[in-house]
This record gives sequence, structure tokens and C-alpha cells, in this order.
Amino acid sequence: MSETNAFITRTDIESDDSGPLDGQTVAVKDNISTKGVRTTCGSAMLEEYVPPYDATVVSKLKDAGATIVGKTNMDEFGMGTTTETSAFGATENPAAPGRVPGGSSGGSAAAVAAGEADLALGSDTGGSVRCPAAFCGVVGIKPTYGLVSRYGLVAYANSLEQIGPIAPTVESAAQLLEVIAGDDSHDATTRETDATYADAADGDVDGLTVGVPTELVDGADDAVVEQFEATLDSLCEQGAETVEVSLPSVETAVQAYYVIAMSEASSNLARFDGVRYGPDTEAEGNWNDSFAAVREEGFGEEVKRRILLGTYALSAGYHDKYYKKAQDARAWVRQDFAEAFESADVIASPTMPVAPFERGESLDDPLQMYLADANTVPANLANLPAISVPAGETEEGPVGLQLVGEAFDERTIIRTASAAE
Amino acid sequence: MVDHDAVTHVASLARVNLDDEEVEQFAAQFDDILSYFETLDSVPEVESDEELENVFRPDEVCDGLTQEEALQNAPETEDGYFEGPTVS
Repeated sequence: MSETNAFITRTDIESDDSGPLDGQTVAVKDNISTKGVRTTCGSAMLEEYVPPYDATVVSKLKDAGATIVGKTNMDEFGMGTTTETSAFGATENPAAPGRVPGGSSGGSAAAVAAGEADLALGSDTGGSVRCPAAFCGVVGIKPTYGLVSRYGLVAYANSLEQIGPIAPTVESAAQLLEVIAGDDSHDATTRETDATYADAADGDVDGLTVGVPTELVDGADDAVVEQFEATLDSLCEQGAETVEVSLPSVETAVQAYYVIAMSEASSNLARFDGVRYGPDTEAEGNWNDSFAAVREEGFGEEVKRRILLGTYALSAGYHDKYYKKAQDARAWVRQDFAEAFESADVIASPTMPVAPFERGESLDDPLQMYLADANTVPANLANLPAISVPAGETEEGPVGLQLVGEAFDERTIIRTASAAE
Repeated sequence: MVDHDAVTHVASLARVNLDDEEVEQFAAQFDDILSYFETLDSVPEVESDEELENVFRPDEVCDGLTQEEALQNAPETEDGYFEGPTVS
């Protein structure tokens, strides 16, 4: 175990092919399947699980000439904002010692920040690429839903999640996005694209309109807002202009996100029954007894909490109250963004409203941890692309600027982010 | 109000055993979390027409996992099958 503990499993998977990632080392989040290399999802349930196939994004990395140097630590099944719910121990934040690296893709962001990999892949269900990128002072992109194949990504909440790149610079993140994007016959939600991204990192924001929703700035810590505003000033000096936009729907976005994500999780994680994979327990009794015993042993506390809350939200008598209302709230968020994009090219906010937490600080109060996702979940609910780019530091650690774009308009957020670097 | 019985009931629906400490802890936390979720009641009705199209592909036979690959992670197998607990 290194001091950072960014990796659950170290690998040295060299590529026989040559391409845009020749000579580049890439770390892959441990919920992305790698053939012949264990893929744990940060869970005791999958401690010994070795996938018999590669995720599409892993095949694409190999085709592009990359060397895969390891599988990175993460919150168990992606459920967390700190990487502390991993069954494999916490990860250090190389950019803010003693503090969490963010999550759930904390190992991927820490590996890049510590120079233990040139690039990394994470997955983002409600901010899990952007939060750790912000906390570790690196760049992370959550692509438009459908731009990147999810085949081989162990599902947590299918309707929300995307695999995305983490890198030291906007251009290198865009380059990695270019490699992994595109349609895949194994994922019917993907669509064809011939877009390029790396060349969009040209820093040209002359004439660009940046929308700033007060709802996503008011709740942030003063020190974070100070860095955010300094970064906006720098964009304006380069020819951009800012306008105020309103997103009233974000007031119920966290609630909608958690109801939908937990509901999908309660269904997705039903597959972990200890029969096809999972720990071998000595549980006696019938199928239900044995199933419940394996899941008690294999799942950590946060995963149990989300499965139970999801089951509750979908159970008879509560479905309309929680799940259906959450879907309405999701549609409202989508509509709000569509209106905001009538007057702005991109929408800017702090990625995280707070500086990186101290380790152990948030474990006792799950609701407080959920609230920290306020600025990142709206992009997942609206299926939109979003990027986090470093925007200065407070005394407690790095701050990220988040830019959200219109669907499949990754180029504009990449261009804007490159001007903010 | 979420009491111990409610948590135990949901845990049994979800097929997750909990120890007494977890039941107690979850009962307290679920109250907070669910009352926060109840603010969803204030969400207005909005048009939610999404411009989505189905994507089809030809139904062609192609290679999948071999039997050996499909079984390689199972804790117990027998004669090429997964071995599970008794059903009832």
C-alpha cells in the first residue's frame, strides 16, 4: 500500500497497439471491468471477482496505446463523496494532506494528482468524477449521457452515470475523452460521434456568455466563492461576459437525485446474491436466508443504507410519494437548464460548495454528506456534460470551477475550462 | 416516523440482514433523510417530453461468454451449473 492508497490493485497492462495514448499511463476506477484483473467496486462483496471481459472503454484504452497501471480505490459501488466507504481503506488527498480526495472516484483523482498515473478514468453518477477532481486540484469531465459506453461499468444508477476522464490539464482530459467516446453495440444508449475534443482546448472565450445561477453560489463557503469569482473575472478579462441565470429547480435536485439513485441501486444490487459471484458464506437455510446473509457480510454500511432507502422509496404506498415525484423534479431540472441555455453558452458554479473535508468528518452524518453534492447532481439529472477545472485554493485545499454545457456540446465547456486554467 | 419494525421490514424486502445496532442507527437516520425527501412534494408539474428514439440493431448471433467463463467467479458449481441454496 502506498502512502496515497490510490490503488486497490496495481497492474502493468501494456498495449500492443499504437495510438494517441502511446507512452501514457492510465489508472482505471475499480468499477470498470478489466479482463483477468479483479474488479472489486471497493466492496468486500467483489474482493475476489475477476471479470471475464473488458469494458468497452478499457478496450479503447488498449487500442489507443495506453498502459493500464492499476485499478483505483473508490467509495463502495460509487456510493460516497469521500472514498472513505471503500472496503480497502481511505485514500489520501495528495493536494490537501489529512483531507479526503473526494469521491467516489477518489483513487483515480489522487493517482493523477500524485503523479502515479498520467491519466485516469472515473465514473460520475452524481458528481463522482468532478468532486474528486475539484478536491485534488485536477481536471474531470462528466460526459453527456450517451457519449461514452457504460458496457462493463458495474451499474449503480444506470440512468444517471457516465464514465469520464480525469487528467492534469484540460487538453489531456479532452484527449482521453476523444479516445473513449462513441457508439457501442453493447450499450444501446450510446450514439455515434465523430467529434474531436483535444483541439477545443484553445482558450478562446472571446464573445462567450457564462451563466451564473445564484442558487449554486449562495450556498457555498465564502472562501470557495472568492476563488470562483476570481476565476470568472479572469474569463471576463479574456473576452467572456457573465449573466445571471436562475435554476429554481436545483432546490429539490439533491432529493431527486438520491431517491432515483437509491431506487436504481436497490434494483441493480439485487444481483449480488452470492451465487454467481461473492463471498462463500456458511449460511444455513433457504435461498432468502442465504441471500440475506451474504449481503450482510459483503456490503458496507452506506451500501446497505442506500439499498434499504431505495427499497423503501419503491415499496407499495410510497412509490408515488418519492420515486414519481423525483422523476417530476428531474424533468423540472432539465427544463430549467434548457431555459438557462437560451441566454448562456455555459453555466458556471463552484464544483463543490465546500473545501475538502477532513478525513472521518462526514462519516457519522449521511444527510450532510448528501448535501455536499448540491452543485454536481443537476448535470446528471439533466443528462448534460460538465467539467471541473482547478480554480485556486483556500487554506483547506483546492477549489474547482464547474462548467455545464448543452447536450453533446463538450467542446464549449472544454474551451471555456482551458481559458480558466 | 420510521421505527425499528419498519427498518426490519424493508431489510427483509431487500434481503439484507442487519444487526441490532444497524437497525437502531438506520431508524434514526431514515427519519431525517426521508423528511428531507418529502420536500419533493413542492415540485410543480412540468412537461417532460423527451426527444428520445429507440435504437435498433439486427438480431444476429455472436459470441458470448463460454460456460467456463460464466462460472469462473461462482463460489460453488456442479456439473457446469451454478450451485445455489435450496429454493424454499
